[in-house]
Amino acid sequence: MTQVITANHPPLRKRKQKNVLPGFNLSLGYTILYLSLIVLIPLSAAFIKTTELSFAEFWETVTTPRVVASYQLTFGASLIGAGINAVFGLLTAWVLVRYSFPGKKIVDALVDLPFALPTAVAGIALTAIFAGNGWLGSWLEPLGIKVAFTPLGVVVALTFIGLPFVVRTVQPVLEDLEAEAEEAAASLGANRWQTFSRVILPALYPALLTGFALAFARAVGEYGSVIFIAGNMPMVSEITPLIIITKLEQYDYAGATAVAVVMLVISFALLLAINGLQWWSSRRNGSAR
Amino acid sequence: MSIEIRNITKQFGNFNALNNVSVEVPSGELVALLGPSGCGKTTLLRIIAGLENSDRGSILFHGEEATDRDVRERQVGFVFQHYALFRHMTVFENVAFGLRVRPKKTRPTEAEIHRRVHELLNLVQLDWLADRYPPQLSGGQRQRIALARALAVEPKVLLLDEPFGALDAKVRKDLRRWLRRLHDELHITSVFVTHDQEEALEVADRIVVMNQGNVEQIGTPQDVYDHPASPFVYKFLGNVNLFHSRVHAGRAQIGDIEVALEGHQDTEDSPASAYVRPHDIDIQKTRGEQPAFEAVISYVHSLGPLVRLELQRADHTDIVEAELTREKFKELAVGEGDTVFVSPKNVRVFLDQTA
Repeated sequence: MTQVITANHPPLRKRKQKNVLPGFNLSLGYTILYLSLIVLIPLSAAFIKTTELSFAEFWETVTTPRVVASYQLTFGASLIGAGINAVFGLLTAWVLVRYSFPGKKIVDALVDLPFALPTAVAGIALTAIFAGNGWLGSWLEPLGIKVAFTPLGVVVALTFIGLPFVVRTVQPVLEDLEAEAEEAAASLGANRWQTFSRVILPALYPALLTGFALAFARAVGEYGSVIFIAGNMPMVSEITPLIIITKLEQYDYAGATAVAVVMLVISFALLLAINGLQWWSSRRNGSAR
Repeated sequence: MSIEIRNITKQFGNFNALNNVSVEVPSGELVALLGPSGCGKTTLLRIIAGLENSDRGSILFHGEEATDRDVRERQVGFVFQHYALFRHMTVFENVAFGLRVRPKKTRPTEAEIHRRVHELLNLVQLDWLADRYPPQLSGGQRQRIALARALAVEPKVLLLDEPFGALDAKVRKDLRRWLRRLHDELHITSVFVTHDQEEALEVADRIVVMNQGNVEQIGTPQDVYDHPASPFVYKFLGNVNLFHSRVHAGRAQIGDIEVALEGHQDTEDSPASAYVRPHDIDIQKTRGEQPAFEAVISYVHSLGPLVRLELQRADHTDIVEAELTREKFKELAVGEGDTVFVSPKNVRVFLDQTA
């Protein structure tokens, strides 16, 4: 006879992983509450206000040629501005990280100036410089390049206010980049361009994309600096935020929120797409597992 | 391909990193640059690679002047202590990098690159990791990939900067044996930097011992261990007992023991240091015929197959360290607190440098 021994084990229960810093529930709850108060509730108010319009009225408001032209200008100029910043912001960050030169601290501080300056001041200053009788405008206009009071002026203003984002996101990543990877590339026979494009740039992509997205988001919402230099001609140099303000001044609250809602949806879609791109590039970096 | 290092001098500010260093590395040898941190060994390796410029002196590859040759044209494979793999590339792409960046004319076809990379990955026994990214690998795996990547460009010289320094003891031991076998297969002239004397003794054909920017000794591992050329080499390679003594008419005095010192017959009463390895210390329970001094066993440490004894000299405050085999220790049948008679063998005496 064999004797069956049934051991009286307690049921296996997985022990909860303890964190060094507890408080996931509390902090997540706080995050959601905070985001709701600051972001979600005001934004949903815009959506609710819009429902005062019938769908036909809504569609008509947001597809008027003048409004559509303003979307094109706002998003187009913002993308171009963010693109320019991505290139020159990277260059600025590179210079600030890789080289030391007299006055480096001053250059470093200058980068943040567009953050600190009231946007209206920036707008007035840019207009003064680029107007036909301004320092730069008087040189450019004989060449047939009109900056002030044209869409080009909008791009200039949006580039100006977006500069710090790319520099400040790329700079720390560039500082952490190990010089050994570049030396390894060189010892394997890569020339300077190959080392930059195949080794350094891919490591910077996530930061560069973040900077681009921030600069873009900032440019889409920009109002103060643009209205001075844009000239605000309907169909030509009128940005969407200005249209919203104009509607508000005419007490067309529902119309204003309708345009705002369209802007919100487009911005959200674009930022989501950039985030997706970032996720993809960080996956390729092998950091997400 | 042989490497010749001639009178290399390098300064960082006021710090002399290398002082007129000359070393020859014969073709096909595996040479270790061994020394404590800050001795200039890594700087020397980087100068050989062309990653750093020397202030004076020249580097010759196969008898040809290479001092001013760019790192890209030196055809050296360089392996870094912290791997320096490209994080955003798969293991396959990391190894293929050196082939893909070649100018169009000399670039192999895609199929050829594929074949070569898999051949190298098989050589380092990691073909199954081809599609992974470096952060997903262990340290030992990363270093083997880094080695495969360096070998992909068919370098004439392989340079390794503390290749196993960031790995744990077990992996380190496995990898250095593996490196030795790999070198025996490929016979590529290699120089590696290490501060681990055991690693250098085990792997290298020849060891260059460095200290404070100078070469202290060059020789085979056997040579360097058995016949150290300077007190520094004695102290750096393995444990050693140091006895302060005085040399008088060609004889050094250590307690009751006298040691002959060749070539110093005329030296009159000069301070000197005598060095003896712990395993060259002979211990007897009773005073025998050989000259010995009396000591008390203060500690017994058991280290696997060896037993290490700390001995307090009766005639001096010095502590002497001795290593015996376990068997020998059992035969002696002594323990802590017992008095024994100690006679050192293979004593090397160096006159103290007069400042």
